[in-house]
Amino acid sequence: MSTALLERISASLVEGDPDGTVAGVRDALAAGLEPMAIIDGALVAGMRTVGDKYASGEYFLPNLIVSASGMKQAMALLEPELKARRQEVKSAGTVVIGTVRGDIHEIGKSLVATMLAANGFDVHDLGVDVPVDTFVARVKETGANLVGLSALLTTTMHGQKDVIEALAKAGLREQVKVMVGGAPVSRAWADGIGADGWAQDAVSAVDLAARLVGRA
Amino acid sequence: MRPTFRMLNESLVEQIIAEGMALLREPGVRVHNEEARRLLAEAGADVDEAALVARIPEAMVLRALETTAREFDLYSLDGRPVVHYGGDQVHFDPGSAALAILDPETNRPRVPTTSDFVRLVKLVEQLPQIDAQSTAMVCGDVAAEIGDLYRLYLALNFMRKPIVTGAFRIDTWSVMKEMLSAAAGGDRALEAKPIAVFDVCPSPPLLWSDLTCQNLIDCARAGIPAELVSMPLAGATAPVTLAAAVVQHAAESLSGIVIGQLARPGAKIVWGGSPAAFDMREGTTPMGDVGTWMIDCAYAQVGKRLGLPTHAYLGMSDAKVLDAQCGMESAGGTLLGALAGVNMISGAGMLDFESCQSLEKLVIDAEMIGMAKRLLRGIEPRDEPIALGLFQKLGHRADYLAEPHTLKWFGKELYLPSPVIERATTDGWLRKGAKTAGERAAERVNSLVASYRPTPMSRELRAELRAIATRAARRFGMSELPALPDVEA
Repeated sequence: MSTALLERISASLVEGDPDGTVAGVRDALAAGLEPMAIIDGALVAGMRTVGDKYASGEYFLPNLIVSASGMKQAMALLEPELKARRQEVKSAGTVVIGTVRGDIHEIGKSLVATMLAANGFDVHDLGVDVPVDTFVARVKETGANLVGLSALLTTTMHGQKDVIEALAKAGLREQVKVMVGGAPVSRAWADGIGADGWAQDAVSAVDLAARLVGRA
Repeated sequence: MRPTFRMLNESLVEQIIAEGMALLREPGVRVHNEEARRLLAEAGADVDEAALVARIPEAMVLRALETTAREFDLYSLDGRPVVHYGGDQVHFDPGSAALAILDPETNRPRVPTTSDFVRLVKLVEQLPQIDAQSTAMVCGDVAAEIGDLYRLYLALNFMRKPIVTGAFRIDTWSVMKEMLSAAAGGDRALEAKPIAVFDVCPSPPLLWSDLTCQNLIDCARAGIPAELVSMPLAGATAPVTLAAAVVQHAAESLSGIVIGQLARPGAKIVWGGSPAAFDMREGTTPMGDVGTWMIDCAYAQVGKRLGLPTHAYLGMSDAKVLDAQCGMESAGGTLLGALAGVNMISGAGMLDFESCQSLEKLVIDAEMIGMAKRLLRGIEPRDEPIALGLFQKLGHRADYLAEPHTLKWFGKELYLPSPVIERATTDGWLRKGAKTAGERAAERVNSLVASYRPTPMSRELRAELRAIATRAARRFGMSELPALPDVEA
């Protein structure tokens, strides 16, 4: 019974049916399954399958996004239940993410933010054209241990360096790992500006984030 | 008969226009430029100053469509009309604003410099298939703030053909205009015989940024043509259905026409664009995708239905080097754009979406462009009757190579390619060194650039242009511009 329910939840997540995921989580709770068992036994496994299917070429970006949405809705249902049991899912990390000053490109950054959130990170998405000081202030405010900087233009990618320097100046550089991304951004660029990591796409950004905060 | 390609049936065109106009009423267009919002409000649009949204009634759009220019010419620096925007005339220019150049030595992209840019301008001058220059690369050896105007400065020193350009900032536009005016012989002359068109790009969906909106208004007021470059990204910043992406393009472009006409009725505005089908795996913007070509051809047809001059970014490849993918994608877009009758097709030479220029690709693309132009001239009877007289004379003999008829017509009937296209026998090819298309292209780039002759621009005018560009450079902490190759030597 419980195995069938968990499999149904996982399958709905993989198939991109958030309504089915939500209904499955409700049924599982009603059947007396523990929230942690639902997360560990269905949701995490489902998201891993989705990531694998993207990596193998079977899934595309819209599949990732709909599954992430199912994950998010399921967690919204489960969080009050966890709280009632005085339990919590250990956050994979707290991320402050945004597209740097002067750059209004949203898609890649939002995709990374969505995938990080779906994988258990506490994500603070600052949007696009984000001033250097805003990054610094939000890192201070949230106690983030990870910063994601997106830039799509060679004319704006220097903004990534500016943020890294400002974090150092504010004495926050030891507290956070910085990952950078965007079309013109390369591993060499990331190394050159003193970033901690660079990722090619949203799925590898999740792996990188987990590695940087020591969870993989 | 000129062969043409039509993507949409007439009723779909009408529906796209109607829905484009409906989008301008609801949800309206976001306008981040104060002056444009004022113009729109004064003319009767419902402007929400808090949300920065203008809702534009259909009557305003129709009024703008009545006053906007139906056609105009771009002139060479020696005053000849060489590009006709309007009707089904088709012209080509290199893809613009690449941030990289494909280095033929390393076969990897790198940051372009002044000498790369000047080589490209010279090459475009020497390629008969390419009708206009474009500010095709952003040079890495000057301050980023003058990246836009520096390209124009370099081009003006070496070009005869008109140029497709664009500004990256509000304050650099006026510097660029000052240079164009100097080169054209004053503001009046520039307006009467424009030598440049400025790309102005709304941001999808339905947004006019402060910069691009101001560029549009400034162009309209100065009588300089503006080219609207709406770029819906189907499935990301626009709906994934191709027809809906075309509706979004129509709405963004119609609002551009309205703003331009409010700034100055009669302003010359081109119905252009650079849409793309979103790549659902990589999250990139493939310019060599069939969906991209279809959106382009569809919106061009919408623009023609509205009686407007048209432009599109086509003939580009997403490949990183000159490989089979590069040839395939570039040829497909070039042919379709030509058949769709797009007045200005930008993209030749461009790789890696719209980010890397290759001089070698440009000379290969020029061959495809030559073939596309030949295709557009269609098949004509030439003789009446077409063939009977020849067969009466020659019967079953295959002596056409020696016929005066062949000598008379072969240059008109056949496309005669440059040595970039290899048509020798295998033995002949081996004897010539068994070179690839890329290697042959590199040789042709060198020989064409070497054959370039300087323009007759006076030393005084060159000095004036340099003074204008240097003044701008000093505002951004650059005391001197790099030396101009050749001319100042």
